[in-house]
Amino acid sequence: MVHLNMNGHPSYQPKNAFMQWLERRLPIAGLVYSAFIVYPTPRNLNYWWTFGGILTFMLAVQIVTGVVLAMHYMPHVDHAFDSVEHIMRDVNYGWLLRYLHANGGSMFFLAAYIHMFRGMYYGSYKEPREVLWILGVILLLLMIVTGFMGYVLPWGQMSYWAATVITNLFSAIPLVGESVVTWLWGGYAVGNPTLNRFYALHYLLPFVIAAVVVLHVWALHVAGQNNPDGIEPQTEDDTVAFTPYATIKDAFLMMVFCILFAWFVFYVPNFLGHPDNYIPANPAVTPMHIVPEWYYLPFYAILRAIPNKLLGVVALVASIFVLTLLPWLDTSKVRSARYRPLYRQFFWVFVVVCIGLGWLGSKPPEGNYVLFARIFTIYYFAFFFVILPVLGKVEKTKLLPKSISQAVLREGMPIGTPAPPPAGMHRA
Amino acid sequence: MIVGRSIIIVAVAVTLVAPALAQEHSHEDTSSPAKNRWSFAGPFGKFDRGQLQRGFKVYREVCSVCHGLKLIAFRNLADPGGLGFIAAQAQAVAAEYKIQDGPNDQGEMFERPGRLADYFPPPFPNDQAARARYNAVPPDLSVIAKARGIERGFPYWVFDLITQYQEQGPDYVTALLQGYEANPPAGFTLPPGSFYNKYYPAHAIVMPPPLSDQRVEYTDGSPMTVEQYAKDISAFLMWAAEPHLDQRKRVGMQVFIFLVIFAGLLYFTKKKVWHQVDLHPEELRARPPAEYPSA
Repeated sequence: MVHLNMNGHPSYQPKNAFMQWLERRLPIAGLVYSAFIVYPTPRNLNYWWTFGGILTFMLAVQIVTGVVLAMHYMPHVDHAFDSVEHIMRDVNYGWLLRYLHANGGSMFFLAAYIHMFRGMYYGSYKEPREVLWILGVILLLLMIVTGFMGYVLPWGQMSYWAATVITNLFSAIPLVGESVVTWLWGGYAVGNPTLNRFYALHYLLPFVIAAVVVLHVWALHVAGQNNPDGIEPQTEDDTVAFTPYATIKDAFLMMVFCILFAWFVFYVPNFLGHPDNYIPANPAVTPMHIVPEWYYLPFYAILRAIPNKLLGVVALVASIFVLTLLPWLDTSKVRSARYRPLYRQFFWVFVVVCIGLGWLGSKPPEGNYVLFARIFTIYYFAFFFVILPVLGKVEKTKLLPKSISQAVLREGMPIGTPAPPPAGMHRA
Repeated sequence: MIVGRSIIIVAVAVTLVAPALAQEHSHEDTSSPAKNRWSFAGPFGKFDRGQLQRGFKVYREVCSVCHGLKLIAFRNLADPGGLGFIAAQAQAVAAEYKIQDGPNDQGEMFERPGRLADYFPPPFPNDQAARARYNAVPPDLSVIAKARGIERGFPYWVFDLITQYQEQGPDYVTALLQGYEANPPAGFTLPPGSFYNKYYPAHAIVMPPPLSDQRVEYTDGSPMTVEQYAKDISAFLMWAAEPHLDQRKRVGMQVFIFLVIFAGLLYFTKKKVWHQVDLHPEELRARPPAEYPSA
């Protein structure tokens, strides 16, 4: 039968003698069985739910390619640039490893942003998934730090100047700012100690990310997955087993995602990079425009939208930390935007604003670029601190379906049609 | 609902108008390098050996006077997917260079003919020597084709992504080498010791026009013009910057074919697996259990 048995989770009953022996000592196969085979997933999950799996895959890709690259890379200001070129030229398939790793970072962020927007659209952060969401924000923060340090390692012009600009942000801290920056650099300018510690941390943090991913998945398995209708599964008619249903669906979209990934890696590997990063780092020459990687551009635009340096840094940090408050800022009891007609509109405007901020972050901070960056920044924060709290009070939400299976059946009918009587819908 | 729609319309309108308004304030230069047809462009792109060999000749006879190629070893000339030299030819090229080696048993540095494992020697012992001679440091050309680009901006970069336009570097170098103008436009004051080039940022470049018609002799019948020289050296520099490009695109196509077929198979498997679930629960129950796929 496709669904779970009547008596809940079927437990793992190994037939193989060795597996029985192992299961009594370390029930790891049983854990995999209950978490990834019979684990019930809502039957109405759409393809936006496959990005969690894609992110796990991308983390694995980054760690595997990164470890091999680390075997050939030299974290020294005199050798870093040339050692990357050595990887590109003389290491077997070094070009493939490096392009996978460099573009993999971009794909990782792309998947993370889609994953987060999905969570916001369907209200996946709401009770009882607040901790799950906050762990996700911590993962984003770790990814931002790790990605930034990775970008510094090739020691090109953009590497060097990005490191200089970003570490200098800490000088905005009152009183101790300058000392903090010197401490971060390990000297009085970005130099060899800086490159060395960035390398060490860039190697360390992915494993911290992996550990937080474990907590994230754990929290997910406790609360269960949210779903496009934002109502909890009630009977086994509302769920399907993780394997084969979620596995095959995830595998298919992961392959489609790999096609996009391969497009970048094999055909336009330098599309997302900046040409200046193929110029060796030169502290004496400042590039015309210092631009961070595309995935930081919205935050960079927020930073530069504020005329005061300290307040700009505060806004930058706040733009990420505000996400941790999201479960409490959103006062609506209804999770999914499907049943929140007003929230849905504001959500899409929010998406447009985030993309707009990204575009503005790539432009020089002058003229109308700054004006629009300010307008968009105001919307960004207003969305969290004004729109979400107020919407929950004033919005007239649509009728929720009685159950997930009922929602699936009603698809294609106008929302709001009276629900068919629940009698006979589920097995008792 | 109507309120919501209008919010979206206003937001989209603002986003579309914003770039137009914002761009009024930026004074970007109008002359943008032209796109060339490169043999190495696109998903089936491959370097043209003849062109790489001509470009190498231009490098040796013109560029190498001032510009280094320090990441390229003589052995690379015989690498597959490159110039197509045989090892003996690469060896012969290497032997024409004097390489400093040492110290020897007497503790002294000495010069010897180059070997395959040697790298192209630098034209100047150090940056100071270059600056003393030319008042500037000519950049090393090993990765220059990837270190230069053309600012494309929205929406062109979207089309670039779809059409796989990754040849901004060679296009820029080709344009730069042909972009010299003897008389700068009225109102432009050229700093002493520099030349006007319409494609160079800020237009005052210290490098004198390096190419002229007939300067490098071609034996394969290709036109001996500045335009042809500029294209050939750009192609050669692209190879120098990305020597495994041929392999990358060949492997890429294999990976692509695999991924598309595998994704297709997974799609139909997914459809088959989910077929039962997409039915009404009542319909599901109406079937004999034997017909259900086992989970």
